[in-house]
Amino acid sequence: MKALCLYFQIHQPLRLKRYRFFDIGNDHYYYDDYTNESIMRKIADECYLPANKIILELLKKYKGKFKISYSITGIALDQLEQYAPEVIDTFKELAKTGDVEFLAETYSHSLASLIHKEEFIYQVTVHSDRIEALFGVRPTVFRNTEMIYSDEIGEMVSKMGYQGILTEGAKHILGWKSPNYLYCNAINPKLKILMRNYKLSDDISFRFSSRGWKEWPLTTTKLVGWLNEMDDKEDLVNIFMDYETFGEHQKKESGIFEFLTYLPQEVILKSKYKFATPSELTSEFHPIAQAHVPNVISWADEERDLSAWLGNKLQDEAFRKLYALRDDVIAVNDERINEDWKFLQASDHFYYMCTKFASDGDVHSYFNPYSSPYDAFINYMNVLSDFQIRLNEIKDSLTVDPKELQNQILQKDELIAKYERELDEFKHC
Amino acid sequence: MKVLMFGWEFPPHISGGLGTACYGLTRGLAKIDDLDIIFVVPKAYGDEDQTKMSLVGANSVTIQQVQSHVEKFKSQHTYLEVDSHLVPYNDPDEYYTFSSQDLYGKNKFIKVDKEGKLEFSGKYGTNLIEEIYKYAYVASTIASAHEHDVIHAHDWLCYPAGIAAKEVSGKPLVIHVHATDFDRSGGNVNPKVYEIEKKGMDAADKIIAVSNLTRNIVIEKYGQDPNKVVTVYNAVEPVSLEEKLKIKKGVKEKVVTFLGRITMQKGPEYFVEAAYQVLKRTNNVRFVMAGNGDMLEQMVDRVAQLGISDKFHFTGFLKGDDVFKMFLLSDVYVMPSVSEPFGISPLEAMQSNVPVIISKQSGVSEILTHAVKVDYWDIEAMADAIYGIIKYNALSEVFKEDGKEEVDNLKWANAAINVHDVYVSAIKLFKPLTKN
Repeated sequence: MKALCLYFQIHQPLRLKRYRFFDIGNDHYYYDDYTNESIMRKIADECYLPANKIILELLKKYKGKFKISYSITGIALDQLEQYAPEVIDTFKELAKTGDVEFLAETYSHSLASLIHKEEFIYQVTVHSDRIEALFGVRPTVFRNTEMIYSDEIGEMVSKMGYQGILTEGAKHILGWKSPNYLYCNAINPKLKILMRNYKLSDDISFRFSSRGWKEWPLTTTKLVGWLNEMDDKEDLVNIFMDYETFGEHQKKESGIFEFLTYLPQEVILKSKYKFATPSELTSEFHPIAQAHVPNVISWADEERDLSAWLGNKLQDEAFRKLYALRDDVIAVNDERINEDWKFLQASDHFYYMCTKFASDGDVHSYFNPYSSPYDAFINYMNVLSDFQIRLNEIKDSLTVDPKELQNQILQKDELIAKYERELDEFKHC
Repeated sequence: MKVLMFGWEFPPHISGGLGTACYGLTRGLAKIDDLDIIFVVPKAYGDEDQTKMSLVGANSVTIQQVQSHVEKFKSQHTYLEVDSHLVPYNDPDEYYTFSSQDLYGKNKFIKVDKEGKLEFSGKYGTNLIEEIYKYAYVASTIASAHEHDVIHAHDWLCYPAGIAAKEVSGKPLVIHVHATDFDRSGGNVNPKVYEIEKKGMDAADKIIAVSNLTRNIVIEKYGQDPNKVVTVYNAVEPVSLEEKLKIKKGVKEKVVTFLGRITMQKGPEYFVEAAYQVLKRTNNVRFVMAGNGDMLEQMVDRVAQLGISDKFHFTGFLKGDDVFKMFLLSDVYVMPSVSEPFGISPLEAMQSNVPVIISKQSGVSEILTHAVKVDYWDIEAMADAIYGIIKYNALSEVFKEDGKEEVDNLKWANAAINVHDVYVSAIKLFKPLTKN
């Protein structure tokens, strides 16, 4: 039987406030609480809560037959906890059904996989810890920020013990290959790769309410019809999208919630597909081939590359300057510094600095708090300057006098010698 | 003596040095006995300081028989439209909106409200030329309604108003050249603006230039008789230091500041390159570029490309108090202008005890002794000077103390006396206009 995998991504950027040069060194709080709270509240009310309610009912109704998977970034969890804690409760209820799988992510929705292996591993571990603590199961499948993937990233993830990874399956990446199979990593075949069926995914997440689209309106019957028409030899279909598709990207009035409500019934009764979670796919199916991805890909924009976050002068400069601070952050190990370090790494900051506005401008301007990429860069660098000043101040205060250190070592040596003598005495007793 | 003065902006509604200079000058002139000023601006908001003179907003003057007069006016003065990127000034704060939209759209009619008053935006925008001629038209009404002995028009925006007033009242016209289009455009003069400037100068009985640099341009490029052109330097209003001492400096490093419109005329790119040179030699410094303009994005790009963005900050356009705040945080002020008729801002910096580095291509360099003067293009000399001032305390102390003393002696009252002399000679020389 063929498998249909539904996966939803949940992330909300932690927006920075207007931070001016005059604030550097004086004001150490960087976040726009009002905007963050109101946007999180709005999305919780319009998307997360109603969608979770529907999904819970569906899971109970089709017990074991309907399955679904999510990944929630650490930054989104932090904000949910603060502004809409009831959303986390509803996810816990979903988890209790046993038919929901939560995937691993980077904590900060960061681009660490591209620049700093240790930071990347650290963030993924912290995120998996958090997910396990919240929902009781440790993730076994990993999903990188914005589906960023390459052979090397896959190898890194495999070494960390994850069985599978999600990435983009667009045509110009796979070439003649189909995304509707399971693949494996080119370096370490133990890591399975799930490729996003970009057409069906985008039909729902981008085109659902677009009246200019020839397939509008998209119904569950139509979608299941397409599923059934697929090549018989193909194993599976991966539909991956933002969870905000429900009620946010596609408004309630578009009928997206009704679509969600009736999709499982249609699939279960009228198709050759069963619902499966990513970890089920990695264990139940055999990979058909290795996927060779020497250059880094993502699910963003027409290019499916990194150009939304890195590549222009502003982005590269900010990215370099940020990660140049990592050694100091680790050395200092200060609670508040660590918090800010987490938030400053979010890929959103670099996304706002993107200067290519040709075909994907709409998506880029979505929820963007800045009037221009230059504005975004100036603000971010001001914040980073203050962060660096704090870092240096703490670092300076930590520098220990070598004589003091020498004394401490001598004292410890004396203590050890004393204990050894006592031990000897006991032995001779 | 009654002076009918035409300006384009007046504090607190200013977008550049022109408004500040007009304000200082009128305050200086107020100290002269028996001298009254009627100051006309396109739009009076009502909250301007009017203690020193009466301020007439052109938008509160009632116009009768508008339609017929406008046609006549337009046939006398050529009606011009200027492409938006040729507009000499934009309100820096609204730079982006103004470059893309016209306040009145493509409306060729002059708008009159219910009471027959002309509507003025009072901002530098794309319909500037239309505003200038509307303003000139209103000027003739004002000139006939207010008695005066001499007309004084500031900068090219007001020259047509000055000419119109002179035609009505038959009084001598003094025009005040704060800048020419040669400064603003870097040599690519807009012929329409040049024409307005030239007409104004030709019609003037006396011309005041803000520096010898500007005086030479007026004589050479606009073909004016040297005897007609007088240099009167700008000055600076004294400020009280006490209220400014509250600001807390958040950064430990020395702060080097550029403050002004980020346009070709102001030479921002030389500041960026000099910053890069200085940062190679010392880490104990931060650079700030305060202001807005059409070269801002280019500068941000360059700073990112040089990899100095953690030490080079942008503030956007600064208003009122923030300007003084910026000076107070600064250890060096740099004005690398490619062409600056005068340049009041270094004087304001010196008042706040900030050493200044100015380009030799600025009018203010003619009068300042205690300032470092470099060629705007000489990045190495500029970097040297910055490094010296931030590194050697003795040097910066000398510049601070002597500079403060020097600038405190530049008073608008003195400039006003010189302007008054110009009025007197203009009235004495005056031959009534012959119409043909």
